[in-house]
Amino acid sequence: MTADWRPVADLQQLQQRAQLLATIRRFFAERNVLEVETPLLCRATGTDPNLDFFTSQFHNPPHKKDLFLQTSPEFAMKRLLAAGSGSIYQICKAFRNSEVGRFHNPEFTLLEWYRVEFNLQQLMHEVAELLMTLLSGSMPQLSVTQVSYQQLFIECTGLDPLCFSRLAYHQFSKSQGHPEADSLCADNHALWLDFLFSHCVQNAMPRNSICLVHDYPAIQSSLARLHTDDTRLSERFEVFINGVELGNGFFELSDAEEQNARFEREIAYRQKHGLAAVEKDQLFLDALQTGLPDCSGIAIGLDRLLMIASDCDSIEHVLAFPFANA
Amino acid sequence: MATYSTNEFKGGLKIMLDNDPCSIIENEFVKPGKGQAFNRVKIRNLKSGRVIERTFKSGESVEGADVVDREMQYLYSDGEFWHFMVPDTFEQYQADKNAVGDTVKWLKEQDMCTMTLWNDVPLSVTPPNFVELSITETDPGLKGDTSGGGGKPATLESGAVVRVPLFVQIGEMIRVDTRTGEYVSRVKE
Repeated sequence: MTADWRPVADLQQLQQRAQLLATIRRFFAERNVLEVETPLLCRATGTDPNLDFFTSQFHNPPHKKDLFLQTSPEFAMKRLLAAGSGSIYQICKAFRNSEVGRFHNPEFTLLEWYRVEFNLQQLMHEVAELLMTLLSGSMPQLSVTQVSYQQLFIECTGLDPLCFSRLAYHQFSKSQGHPEADSLCADNHALWLDFLFSHCVQNAMPRNSICLVHDYPAIQSSLARLHTDDTRLSERFEVFINGVELGNGFFELSDAEEQNARFEREIAYRQKHGLAAVEKDQLFLDALQTGLPDCSGIAIGLDRLLMIASDCDSIEHVLAFPFANA
Repeated sequence: MATYSTNEFKGGLKIMLDNDPCSIIENEFVKPGKGQAFNRVKIRNLKSGRVIERTFKSGESVEGADVVDREMQYLYSDGEFWHFMVPDTFEQYQADKNAVGDTVKWLKEQDMCTMTLWNDVPLSVTPPNFVELSITETDPGLKGDTSGGGGKPATLESGAVVRVPLFVQIGEMIRVDTRTGEYVSRVKE
C-alpha cells in the first residue's frame, strides 16, 4: 500500500476553505443575493474554441445521449436571470479538459455571480469588497488598484494593445527573450495580446494589490458587450492578485442575435481547426430572446484564491485530492 | 525519432530545438481564462550548456532527440581525442575537446564517467561526483597545522587546481567533489 490515498491539502487548508465558503455565503446573504444551483451535466456547452470540455454519455436503453460537464454555469444562470430570478450567485464545480498545471486542475471550484442593474463599475467595486473581506486576515497590506487594459499594457510594454503592429510587438518580445513569439502569433492580434499579457504584463503587475483591469480590447470580448462610445473596447474586466488571474467579469451581452452570431463564428472556427464539435445552446438563446435583464456578472476561481490566501505555489496544495490522485 | 506533445514535456525529456539536442528542465502550463494556452518551458541546450526559456502553443509537437547517457571507462588521450570504453561490450568511443570540455581536468585513466551520446556521437562527459587524485604540486605546509583554515592551492595529477588544507603534501592522494571543485579529505592508501 502506498500513501497515495492520503489527502494532499492539510487539515488547516481544509478549514480555511470551509471558512472561505461560509464568509462568501454570509457576504451575499447580507446583500440579498440568492444562492442557486444549476446542472453540471448539460445537453449543450460553451463554444469557445479555447475551452476544451468533458463529454459523458447518458444510457437508458433505448435512449442514449451525449452530455457535457459544464466549463462554467453561465448559460443556466442566465436562463434563471431571464426568468426573473433577480441577482444570484452559485458556488459549484466547473470542468475544463486538458488544463492541468501549477494553476490549473481540470475540475475546480467557481464562485459565479450576477448582479441585476449593476454596471461594470459597481460590480468591480463589489469584487474588491468581497476579496478584501476574504483576504484581509491573511494579507493585511492588501490594497486595490484599478487600471484600464490599455494603460497597464502600455506601462508594462510600451506597446499599444489597440493598435496592432507585428513588427513592434516582435521587437519588444525579442528584447524580452521571446524571439519565438513572432512565429507563434504571426498576424493574429488576439494571440499576440494573450502572449504579451501572460509573459510580460502579468508578472509586472503591482504586488499585494487587488488589480482590476478593465476595458479589454473588443477582439477579446467573449460574452461581454462592446462599449457604446468606443467599439474598440469591450465591457469586460479581469481581477488579478500578484499577477495571478482570479476572474473575468462582463457587462453581459443580452442581444440574442449578436450572441447567435458569436456562437456561429466559434462553431465555424472549431470545424475549420478540427476541434471537438459542439452545438449551440438553443435554450440559452431562447432565454436571451425572451430578454435578459441588464446585469453584470463574474466568475472567480476559489482554489486560486485559496492559493493566494495561504501563499501556496501550486493548486495541488489547496485540494484534498488533486487530479493526479483523484 | 518520436515526437512529443507539450503535454508530455517533463524534466529530463530530450528534444530537438533549433537543430540542437536539448533537455527540458521545467514546464509550466500558462492559460488565460479566455484565451490561448501556452507552455513556458525552461530548456538546457546540451551542446552549449546554456539554459533558455521557450514558449510553445499547448498541444504543439516537437521532435525528440536521440540522447542517452552511458557509463564508460576513461582509457587514455592521444592529444586530439579522449578515448572511452563501455566495460560490458568493449565498445569504444572517442570524444573531442568540445565534448570533454571542463571535465578534462578530472579525468584519470580507468575511472568511470557518464558519457552523453547524441545519435551515438559523444556530446558531453560528466565525471563521477567524487574522484581520488594525487597531488603533483603544492607549497610545503606549515608544521602543526591541522585545521586547514585558509588553505593553499594544489595541482592534481589530472591538471585540476583545488584549494587544500595546509597540512596536505605533494604525493598524497585526496578526494575531491567534482561538482563544486572542493577538497573533501585525504585518502589513506
